[in-house]
Amino acid sequence: MSEVVLSEQTRTKLAANADARVGHLRRLLAGDAAFYWACRIAAYSVLLLLGGIIVSLIVGAWPAIKTFGYHFLTTQRWAPSARPEPILGGLGPIYGTLVSSAIAMLIAVPVGLGIAIFLTELCPPRLRRPIGMAIELLAGIPSIIYGMWGFFVLGPFLADTFQPWVISAFAGIPVLRDVFAGPASNLSLFNASLILAIMVLPFITAIAKDVFATVPPVLKEAAYGLGCTTWEVVGNVVLPYTRVGVIGGGMLALGRALGETMAVTFIIGNSFPIKASIFAPATTISSAIASEFAESDGLHQSSLILLGLLLFVLTFCVLSVARLMLMRLETKAGK
Amino acid sequence: MNDNPFYTVRKRKSTIWMTLCLAATVFGLAWLVMILATLLWNGVAGLKPSVFLQSTPPPGSQGGGLANAIVGSVMMTFIGVAIGAPIGLLAGTYMAEYGRYQKLTTIIRFINDILLSAPSIIIGLFVYTTVVVPMGGFSGLAGALALAVIVIPVVVRTTEDMLLLVPNPIREAASALGFPRSHVIRHISYRAARTGLVTGILLAVARVSGETAPLLFTALSNQFWSVDLTKTVANLPVTINNFINSADGNWKQLAWTGALLITSAVLGLSIAARSIGGKGSKS
Amino acid sequence: MSQVSTAEQIEAGASAFGPHVRVAIKNLDFFYGTSQALRAISLPLYANKVTAFIGPSGCGKSTLLRVLNRMYDLYPNQRAEGEVLLDGENILAPDLDLNLLRARVGMVFQKPTPFPMSIYDNIAFGVRLYEKLSRSEMDERVEQSLTRAALWKEVKDKLTASGLSLSGGQQQRLCIARTVAVKPEVILFDEPCSALDPISTARIEELIDELKHDYTIAIVTHNMQQASRVSDTTAFMYLGELMEFGKTNEMFTRPQNPKTQDYITGRFG
Repeated sequence: MSEVVLSEQTRTKLAANADARVGHLRRLLAGDAAFYWACRIAAYSVLLLLGGIIVSLIVGAWPAIKTFGYHFLTTQRWAPSARPEPILGGLGPIYGTLVSSAIAMLIAVPVGLGIAIFLTELCPPRLRRPIGMAIELLAGIPSIIYGMWGFFVLGPFLADTFQPWVISAFAGIPVLRDVFAGPASNLSLFNASLILAIMVLPFITAIAKDVFATVPPVLKEAAYGLGCTTWEVVGNVVLPYTRVGVIGGGMLALGRALGETMAVTFIIGNSFPIKASIFAPATTISSAIASEFAESDGLHQSSLILLGLLLFVLTFCVLSVARLMLMRLETKAGK
Repeated sequence: MNDNPFYTVRKRKSTIWMTLCLAATVFGLAWLVMILATLLWNGVAGLKPSVFLQSTPPPGSQGGGLANAIVGSVMMTFIGVAIGAPIGLLAGTYMAEYGRYQKLTTIIRFINDILLSAPSIIIGLFVYTTVVVPMGGFSGLAGALALAVIVIPVVVRTTEDMLLLVPNPIREAASALGFPRSHVIRHISYRAARTGLVTGILLAVARVSGETAPLLFTALSNQFWSVDLTKTVANLPVTINNFINSADGNWKQLAWTGALLITSAVLGLSIAARSIGGKGSKS
Repeated sequence: MSQVSTAEQIEAGASAFGPHVRVAIKNLDFFYGTSQALRAISLPLYANKVTAFIGPSGCGKSTLLRVLNRMYDLYPNQRAEGEVLLDGENILAPDLDLNLLRARVGMVFQKPTPFPMSIYDNIAFGVRLYEKLSRSEMDERVEQSLTRAALWKEVKDKLTASGLSLSGGQQQRLCIARTVAVKPEVILFDEPCSALDPISTARIEELIDELKHDYTIAIVTHNMQQASRVSDTTAFMYLGELMEFGKTNEMFTRPQNPKTQDYITGRFG
């Protein structure tokens, strides 16, 4: 049955047809392979980029690592022009980075979630798109604009009204008295945190909106069907169902906040010593680099790069955790 | 039923929480309004033709504009996107088309997402140590490269996402006609995902045109008309950064006007990108 | 159902028809990863005849079709073992040029898949890959193909319109025209009418009947009336195995296998 019976004529015709095609295709296939390799190399370049960043930072930071070792992490003093040897410790900027981001998250997470809940559960459908877009535009405003606005508008406002009020309110309470100690200042850790909170708000809202959308409508309908109020549905169905995603979104925003540069540089005061009060000036890793790097050299520059390396490692870890959590939610939604 | 006291409490609780959510939204929108209002208030006053026609003035003088900084910014953004977008496009293509089912793609996606959110000042440090130091000085080229590094992950992400939306049957149909793989991708997948790909590139332009931190120690900036990419190049974000902190009233005014320009450009681009993207997804 | 009797049936079918075998599938196994989707399939496709693959969902009929132009090669972890001879050449050979194979074995899909370009380009595009035609030759080829697909009259005044602007049935005929334009030898139809209304379906069926004068045709369908209307030979598949193969009119009137009987009388599937 398998014997192919073809007339000689058909055979010749087919062969000629095939030959013409082969010739034409040869030319195409050279381009095909070239395109494949171009794509492949470009894909590898993404990995290379990450590797390059890590290696270049380690190389740049090496003199500082060799000189200061782990003392860099425990020393507060930042004296690039000390004699005979500069004394450089990263504790101040590391503390400022962590605390400013932490305060920012305390403000941004509830507000961002509130906006997402408003947009998905309460907002009239006609307003959903414009309001959602307006919130997303907050993410589009360049960082330096936040800095200028914080410096000229928000800073003076906080120093004149909010800060004195808080300082006097907590004046008699131990511990809190020190955390909210005066004097009120245009440039402070708290001001920077508030600006950071506004900046990361749209990221939290956007991700929360996305993960809320993964809740199967039947689940919500079932809860409403039991007679739940809107808040009970959100609190008992939506938030528990999307918990991992919401935390992931928060971590993503935290990653942004940790590395935010220009806005913070304008408003934090760039002061290395650590103060108990959040109304006192401080500094962060990125603002230290932004304000000192261009005029630095030698060990000073190397120390700034070391700070950069620490920041990168920190954000890398935070963002990795965020991505892993969001991926977990995606696989759950996928099933 | 409405008299049930337990229900009344529940209902009141819900109302309180929902009011708080509304308040959060108002809070978020208020910032946007306040920031834009401040920019308009301070920026419009200095919006004159000379801003676009004259270079930045020396300290203490009157007049002048931002022409050199605008041209420098446009130039560096253009070069940055011209370098970064093709790489991002090709890498995204690899992930969505050739390597869709590979472990490698998962790893690249993970790394790319991290690069996407990595602090831009770190990118500045990276380009400083790998380009500025070997080249022996700050340069516009280094600035453009720093921007390119920021562009790549943005374009990779949108390209992959958009190509994954192209339905598989259309790829199969093209393959079934005997198209080589690269033809299927370039003539079918790209065409089907066209609006999405353009959106991604526009978003990347919007993202980098306001970037300041990575330019601080790559392109630096200067006060002159400068189009030589091997030297420092004036650019809008760094010029604003330098002028806003000065005591010179003229400089300060120029900084506010520059800030208004840059914000309108960035917001305009992202709105354009979104509306194109929105249209594309509907049709 | 043993392997031997299938082969015997095929032998019988071949001698009964007399026409020559264009595609010979021999002892074909197919795997999605580790799960086996086709087991020891052997059957011929005759030149200028329509062969229908029928069977309940998941029986492997579409999988079998996708082996014939190696569409499965687009995806990892899918592999075929055995032999598929197209004019005596094994198309499962690893060094075979897939693009050339697919130019010889055209395929029309379940849902219409017009490319996002004009009607004219939808057809010219595939042709340009393999032939260098002048503008007028190309115009002629486009007209020829569209006429062949019974679409020319409807679209001749709007060749520059997007292929996506056509109705579902027209889109499917455009896809057929596109396939015909590159001058294949075999055309595979994967449930080509499942997304279409009855009138469009009738037109496509007429078209298939026309096309068999020039091509070898295989069609997957879940519609038994369609199989009986358009095909000359029918293969009934069940759970990845070939249950029965023979002349369509004989199989539908006197099925040999009780499973076939059950399926075509609508007792399952």
